Amino acid sequence: MASPACFSSFSVPVKEKKLMEVKLGELPGWILMRDFTPKGIAGAFQRGYYRYYNKYINVKKGGVAGISMVLAAYVLFNYCRSYKELKHERLRKYH
Amino acid sequence: MNENLFASFAAPSMMGLPIVVLIVMFPSILFPTPNRLINNRLISIQQWLIQLTSKQMLAIHNQKGRTWALMLMSLILFIGSTNLLGLLPHSFTPTTQLSMNLGMAIPLWAGTVITGFRYKTKASLAHFLPQGTPLPLIPMLVVIETISLFIQPMALAVRLTANITAGHLLIHLIGGATLALINISATTAFITFIILILLTILEFAVALIQAYVFTLLVSLYLHDNT
Repeated sequence: MASPACFSSFSVPVKEKKLMEVKLGELPGWILMRDFTPKGIAGAFQRGYYRYYNKYINVKKGGVAGISMVLAAYVLFNYCRSYKELKHERLRKYH
Repeated sequence: MNENLFASFAAPSMMGLPIVVLIVMFPSILFPTPNRLINNRLISIQQWLIQLTSKQMLAIHNQKGRTWALMLMSLILFIGSTNLLGLLPHSFTPTTQLSMNLGMAIPLWAGTVITGFRYKTKASLAHFLPQGTPLPLIPMLVVIETISLFIQPMALAVRLTANITAGHLLIHLIGGATLALINISATTAFITFIILILLTILEFAVALIQAYVFTLLVSLYLHDNT
């Protein structure tokens, strides 16, 4: 079930059943069959990165949207990380 | 207000895990590796900028100094991108931490000094005494030159830390002042807002300039010693 990790310049090859094709009853079994070793998790991150990169950045006429989505996600991540301190700065009568 | 002001400079950790490592590694995602002769737009822009900067920066060095090209270019890219990312809202800037800047400044400065002492020992030692000093002044001047040599890495690190931290603090303070003034007097709030916009433009410039200054000084120390 492991997918090859050597595809930076062409589309992700379909080697296993994708999430949308798994039937609802098979879902627990499908999740358990996923590769949770460090190599598998690294492979998942690599696949996700190249999916985004090949769709938005590695195109002939890429625009500002590709990189701004990454920066917006970074801002959102930092907001969630510091929510605990930012909670106290809301405009409320009782904090 | 006091605790809130400095809370954004604390090292970030989520559920006890130090994610400061992730934040330090984040800028590397924004610089993809060029694979082809003609790359996509992002890589082409970055290649053009790197060529421009490296030509400017390595012009003063001889053959020996140019072996440091990769080090200097990655230094300016790292500091520049980290400082610019720190201007996004709520983000954490690693270059505000003195520990990190000392970790960058001391090894690089020590590398230049040790290179100078290995390959041009006499000339490196001669730097401690400027030409044409009167004889009675020599001991005092040697002491002064030694102190000024050892203060170089400290100055590099503290300069970067202080500039970026001060900029972020000013933005926080003036932004808070603008918000507090809106209910009291709209005109003053508007003026404060204009000040905030000017300050943000300054901070963009400072982010880049500080990276440039850091790298330029390291390259200057290198030039002295090769």
